[in-house]
Amino acid sequence: MSNKINTIGIPTEEEIKKAQIDFSPRCTSAGRVNDKETQKMVEYILNFARKHSLFVLAYGTGCGAIEIPATMTSRYDAERFGIRGAATPRQADVLLITGYLSTKTLKRVIRVYEQMQDPKYVIAFGSCTINGGMYFDSYNTIKALDRYLPVDVYIAGCMPRPESVIKGFIKLQELIKDGNAGNGECYRDNLDWYRTNQQKIIKNWDFPDKYNW
Amino acid sequence: MEGIGFEILGALLTTILAFVVGMFFGGLNRKITARTQNRVGPPVYQNFIDLMKLQAKRTNIAHGFMGHVAPIWIIIAATTVLMFIPILHDGLWFRNLTFRGDLIFLLYMMVFGSLGMALGAGQSGNPNSAIGVSRGLSQMVGFEIPFVLALVSLMIQFQTTSIQDLMAYQHETGQWIIFANPFAFLATILSYLGMFRYSPFDIVGAPAELASGPISEFGGKYLGTVMTGGSIFTFVKLVLMVDIFFGGAGNFGTGFWGVVAGLVELVVKTFIVYLIPVFIGLVSPRFRTEQAIRFFWKWPTVFGVIAVLWAVFL
Repeated sequence: MSNKINTIGIPTEEEIKKAQIDFSPRCTSAGRVNDKETQKMVEYILNFARKHSLFVLAYGTGCGAIEIPATMTSRYDAERFGIRGAATPRQADVLLITGYLSTKTLKRVIRVYEQMQDPKYVIAFGSCTINGGMYFDSYNTIKALDRYLPVDVYIAGCMPRPESVIKGFIKLQELIKDGNAGNGECYRDNLDWYRTNQQKIIKNWDFPDKYNW
Repeated sequence: MEGIGFEILGALLTTILAFVVGMFFGGLNRKITARTQNRVGPPVYQNFIDLMKLQAKRTNIAHGFMGHVAPIWIIIAATTVLMFIPILHDGLWFRNLTFRGDLIFLLYMMVFGSLGMALGAGQSGNPNSAIGVSRGLSQMVGFEIPFVLALVSLMIQFQTTSIQDLMAYQHETGQWIIFANPFAFLATILSYLGMFRYSPFDIVGAPAELASGPISEFGGKYLGTVMTGGSIFTFVKLVLMVDIFFGGAGNFGTGFWGVVAGLVELVVKTFIVYLIPVFIGLVSPRFRTEQAIRFFWKWPTVFGVIAVLWAVFL
């Protein structure tokens, strides 16, 4: 990231070009879950099951964690869509990044994401994960999540209300149904690109060299 | 209706029945919980969708050999116990191996699945799993004592260890054992609360405290297999309860419709028994480990001792 801080919030042309290079998402809608040519019927049925059974790992990083209890409990009741909390990354399907990510937390989030089992999805909450939000000039938060993890659905807002959270989940369900969600394989394929970005941020890098995923 | 093919078909049907009924009971549990909390809740078939999704995971991680074996071990233990429990009263359908097993054998076999789970969880190396396993075994020490006392009182009272004979007694006299020895029922249902591991005895799985305990490193198809085994074992425990205390099911003859009526009776009775731990779980917070063991060694054990005295002196 550049040291120059644009306090007005209007980026110059150079910055836009730089941002487009830096932020180029490598893993959008790759169609990797659903191979259209083979096993179409099987994948259709399995995608139906995946769509209606989302075990959520709510990683309460920022202020967005306060919206999760409201979404899960009586008033908004996300369980009627098959959305259910999971206790550990091994059991989870969806990783929720609820709000800003400090550089310390990013390391843990990456470890958690890599422990999840394919197909796995990431939903990012709030403007902080999109462009930094109100922490755009902070020294210890990351500004764009998809440089470090492949994100399936962004939910805009600061913070998003439970309605928009549920809308985000329904968007994810549509993506799963069409076979466009789940970027775990793409993450592994482009691991070098992600690792480069991650190692720029994380100072004390002590990850294992190789996972068995 | 004789021959090995018929026996194998019966065993398969029994397993499928246990699986389907157990899964539906799990879904109903979630639905009841949701309605109690003024929510809509997931559909009753949600557990089937969950299981399908878990089996459809692309990557599955196991931490060594026992991590592979433990979920299968649970299913095997649950199915084995199922084979030795009479499903219906009359001996023609779903007979399986019921004539060769008795209550003492069941006491051994019913902890077999938990031991397999303990080995599998131990190999994962997760500290949450280790704590969960130690809690589970401690709790087992707690609820096994009143459970054994209750079963021993029945053995003394009816001079038999065979479930088949207990069902025959209830069928002949028309008196359920819940009335013949009510304290044995009390001790058994209280120790069942610990066996089902719903609140207040969910100290093993404790989602917010231990990150689901022993199964915390099991994902994908392994978690699905654990779920399947748990569903079968739920049905097994409930059928044992109904067989011993509620007269069993299936006194409508051996014709097709008689068997169907017997199965309906079985499902209704097991569901009513299942509601007891579910409802207690809905209104209860969680015990600590020592509180749970203290509870089991206090009132349920007293009821068990009274049941034994009842059986000896009345």
